[in-house]
Formats: sequence, C-alpha cells, structure tokens
Amino acid sequence: MSAAGEPLLRVENLHVEFPTEDGVVKAVDGIDYEVGRGCTLGIVGESGSGKTVGAMTILGLTRAQGAKITGRILFEGRDLLGLPDPELQKIRGNEIAMVFQDPSSSLHPLYRVGAQIVEAVRAHQDVSKAQARERTIELLGLVGIPDPGRRVDDYPHEFSGGMRQRAMIAMALANEPKLLIADEPTTALDVTVQAQILALLERLRVQLGMAIVIVTHDMGVVAEMADEIAVMYAGRIVEIAATEALLSSPEHPYSWGLLRSIPTLAGPRVEQLAPIPGSPPSLIEPPTGCHFHPRCPYVQPEHTRIDPGLEPVKGEPSHRVACLLAAGERRRIWEGLR
Amino acid sequence: MTRYIIRRILWGVLLLIAVTALTFVLFRILPTGDPARLRAGRVASPQVVAAIRHDLGLDKSLFAQFWIYMKEVFLHFNLGFSYYSSAPVRGLIANRLPATLSLVLGASIVWLAVGLPVGIVSALRRRTLSDRVSMGTALVFVSAPEYWLGLIALYLFAADIGKVKVFPGAGSYVGLTSSPWKWFSSLLLPWLVLAAGSAAIYARLMRGSLSETMEEDYIRTARAKGLSERRVVMRHGVRAAINPIVTILALDIATLLGSAVLVETVFDIPGIGRLNYDAITHSDFPIVQGTVLLGALFIVVANILVDIAYAYLDPRVRYS
Repeated sequence: MSAAGEPLLRVENLHVEFPTEDGVVKAVDGIDYEVGRGCTLGIVGESGSGKTVGAMTILGLTRAQGAKITGRILFEGRDLLGLPDPELQKIRGNEIAMVFQDPSSSLHPLYRVGAQIVEAVRAHQDVSKAQARERTIELLGLVGIPDPGRRVDDYPHEFSGGMRQRAMIAMALANEPKLLIADEPTTALDVTVQAQILALLERLRVQLGMAIVIVTHDMGVVAEMADEIAVMYAGRIVEIAATEALLSSPEHPYSWGLLRSIPTLAGPRVEQLAPIPGSPPSLIEPPTGCHFHPRCPYVQPEHTRIDPGLEPVKGEPSHRVACLLAAGERRRIWEGLR
Repeated sequence: MTRYIIRRILWGVLLLIAVTALTFVLFRILPTGDPARLRAGRVASPQVVAAIRHDLGLDKSLFAQFWIYMKEVFLHFNLGFSYYSSAPVRGLIANRLPATLSLVLGASIVWLAVGLPVGIVSALRRRTLSDRVSMGTALVFVSAPEYWLGLIALYLFAADIGKVKVFPGAGSYVGLTSSPWKWFSSLLLPWLVLAAGSAAIYARLMRGSLSETMEEDYIRTARAKGLSERRVVMRHGVRAAINPIVTILALDIATLLGSAVLVETVFDIPGIGRLNYDAITHSDFPIVQGTVLLGALFIVVANILVDIAYAYLDPRVRYS
C-alpha cells in the first residue's frame, strides 16, 4: 500500500510516442503531475496537445495502438506502466475508471445500456446477474436517470446525449473507483446538459470521495471543478498551478490566450474574445526552442533556440511555468491584458 | 414489423411473377432448338413433330401458353412436365434439391468455420506475417475457379483417379437418409472445393469489418471496463462486425442454391445445378423455367430473412 502522504496518482516524466509513416509523433513529451485522494486535477489544452493521449495512457489504453511509452505512472505507489495486461485489467474500471468524450459512440449500440453496466460490475465483482442488475439500477438512479428500473433495458439509441453520458458515468462508478478520468466529458453535449453533467461529477466526487482527472479544452469547465489546473501545449505541461492562482495570475502566454478566449457576459461584446493566432504545431517535428514561440506575441529571438523547463514561479512553489519571459515582464503583460 | 414483412412478401411474389414471365419470354424468343423436334428423334415425319407439338401445347399462341403456364405455377404450384422425360418438373426438382442443399449448406458451414476465425486473427494481427500469409492464401483461393480447383482436388485425392486416395471421387454422392456416413464422405471434397473461394472472401470480409470495429469508441470503453481482451474482441468487436456478414451470407447461400452447377458437374452430384445444365442442353424449357424460378425464390426469401434478421441483430433497425 501507499505510504502516508503519497499522492493517489503520480505521473513522472511520461512520454508517449506513436510511430507513423511520416515519423514519430511525440504525443506526450515528458509530463509530470500528481493527484491527491479526493482531489480534482484539470488538464487543459487544445486538440493535439496530448492531453487525451496522456489520460488514456494511465489506463494503458494506448497500448493497443502500438504506442512507445516511457516514464512512470504510479498509482498508490504501483507503476502501472510496468504491469502486464491482465494485472492492468484488474485496475481498469475498478480502481481507475474513465468517461469518454462522445457518449453516442462510447456505448455499444447493440447491447442494452443496463447490460453494459452489468458487465462492468461483473468484470470486478463476483456477484450474480440479478445482484449486478440491482446495482446497475441503483447506479442509474445515482447519476440521475429517471425511472431507472425501466430505462435499464433501453438501448443506447433510446437515450438522449446527456443520458448516455450519465450512463457512461454510472458505468465508470460501478466499482467505486478511487480515480475517475473524464476525457472531455461534456464536449459533445448541449450547454445546459454540460452544466448538469459537471454538477453531477462534482456531487459524486464529494459523495464517493474519489479523485478526478478532468481533461478538457474548455477553461470554463475546469475553472468550476478543478483544485489544480495543468495547461498542456504540444505534448508538454507549460503551466501548472492551483485553480485560483492560475485563473487570477496565469504566467504563460498560452494560458493567457486560453483565458482570454472564454466568452463572458460582462464587458463590451466586440472586444470580448481574443483567439490565439495560428494552429497547434506538428508533434512530429515540434518547433525548436520554446514550442509555443511561433504563436507567441511576445517572442524574442533567443526563444527560438532555448527550450524552457517547467520552473516554480517566485514565491509560489506549487505554481510552475515553462516560459522564457522574465517574471516581472510576464506580470506586466498580464496586468495590461486583463 | 408484421406489416412490413407482409409488404415485403407481396413484393417478393410480384418479383417472382416478373422473373417467371421474363424466363418464359426469353426461352421462347431465343433460338435454342425446337423441343418438339428434339423429342421426336432423328428421323421423324412432320406429322409426328406436329403431334408432339400439339401434345406439349406448343401450337397454341405464345400468350395462351404463357397464361396457362402462369396459372399453373402460381395457382397450383405446378411447374409443368419435362419435355425430355415427361416427368413432372416439381418432382424432378424435389428429387434434386436435397443434394444441392447438402452441398451448399455443408460448404457454408465449412467456409464460415475457416473464414471467420482466419479473418478475426488477421484483423487483430494486421500487417504481421500471419496476416499477410493468410490474406495471400485467401487471394489465391478467391482467384482460383472452382471447377479447376475441383479437378485438381479429384486428381490429387479422389479414391479412383487420385494420387493419394483419400476421398470418394466424382459420382459417389449418396443421399443422407440412405447412408449418413457415405453422404458425409462423398461430400467432403465438394464441400472443401465449394467453400475454398468463399472462405477466402469471408476471411477478408471479417478482417475488414473487424479491423474497422476495433477502432470504435465502444471498444475502448470495453477495454476501460477492465474486460479481458478476449471478451473485448469476441463480445464487443465480433458481435458488431458480424452484422454486415450475415447479409452477405444469406444472399450467397441463396445464390449458390440456384447455381452450384460447376461443382455439381465436376463431382457429378445430382443437384439442381446439374438438372438445369442438362435441361439447357436438351432445350427442356419447363425444367429451366422451374429451376430459374426456384433460384429467384431462394433469393427473394433470403432477402426477406436478412431484413428480419437485421431487426434482431441490430436494435436500431426498426421497420415501419
């Protein structure tokens, strides 16, 4: 078992690479983070930043895609990367569960929703079908499916998008995991349903005392839920801090961009949104120096050569940033931006 | 659902009427030889030929012949009498059907038993040596004409003319009821030959369908649940990948039931295909019409069965 004070999950220097015909895609290029018991970590970044690959790798779901994985993923002190598949299967859906982005395609279209959750229960618990079904109905009720005793026999296509995601969450909760990984859990849903799902996750976290890693491109989502936020860019974490600190005094120009591209109801409409120019870089041949330099409005000549490491911000040891701009200058720019 | 099926059956009957009409017209318009003359023998007086023509009803107008034929077929299920042997066509077909059914259904079991597992393994080990070898072999069998494969098989393995005398050769077919073992052993070689091409096609189909399915999000969900890879593949992958194959299977079996003529001829199996082949060489219209109608019936029935099966295989499919 884990030593006292040991975080639930510790990711150390994780690299995930996919060999392709065009070259090696460095989807995750050396990331480190920790998640404490019952805590929520938000991982934010745009498509192709490696956030999903990194999350899937925790459960070994990138193994089937022939990924080359190095580093360590310590769950309660055990390195998941070193586990053989049968050992990992005992953890998947049991101690660590996952909810995916698109609930319409994540449920098997040919099986009843209930049967799919029953399968998850029975994968890890030695219970009869009837008992598993009881548990399934209970879970569907827990995630807010109305009339679960009847809906348990519905097929996924008979559920709405929001209900499907609730069913996916019920499936993930089947064995009371210690860690729930939610990969863009609300992206495919209507805005009103998004809020409901986030509230549900938060309620379940408190109720069941599980930790959550929530992966999203939407700063708004993590702002509400996360205790800590890691911002990923081009396969790396460029800034990581407690949610409060990251929202109030972000240090990385990319984080500024993410924060400024959230629409708010306050303020004049015209100047509200500031999109980040350019598009995510190639992960086969990432830019030299700071990977963000081609899109950074504050780029200096030396930034194209020097690759910044993730360093603590002065006075805030838990707030770390990978940026070559001087601390004082960063603060000045951010003050001017907001 | 019931209304849908009834509608489909009515359309099927309409289609069969159209097929019957078409074959009737085709075989009377095409210059195939005068059945009355063929029947009369080599030296026949015009009077004899005319008498035969009258007996067969060939002296009536084309429309009258057509009307009589259609009435008999669809109201009395009477397919007429063979010009050549005077036997009722329905009885001839009924006699030949068991052999064809034995051949085709047995072969389909063989090709599924070989093709599907090979396809599954190939899909899971894409671009490995075993995948390349099995897909290469499949290509050979798909390309090999079955009559050629049949002759090679007889040449190599038949008990009478073969190099290695393993299987009973051509003409050894025995009905299932008279001797199950002889029935089985006589059909082994034809089954293998008929199944070879289809096994290859089904292996490729399964490989394609399963490779696609294994990329689906719900497969990732199944893995994330902590299921064993075997269960992920069989219960989640194969279950979804098999659906399109069921459609093709029903139609393939239906088609073969009407047209296993090559293998039946090579192995001298007294089936529908042989019956049809002999009838064509004798200009025996009623038999040809009967077998064509039977073939069409199989396909119509298979199509309806596929649609019904689909509603059971895929809960998203609902007919109205």
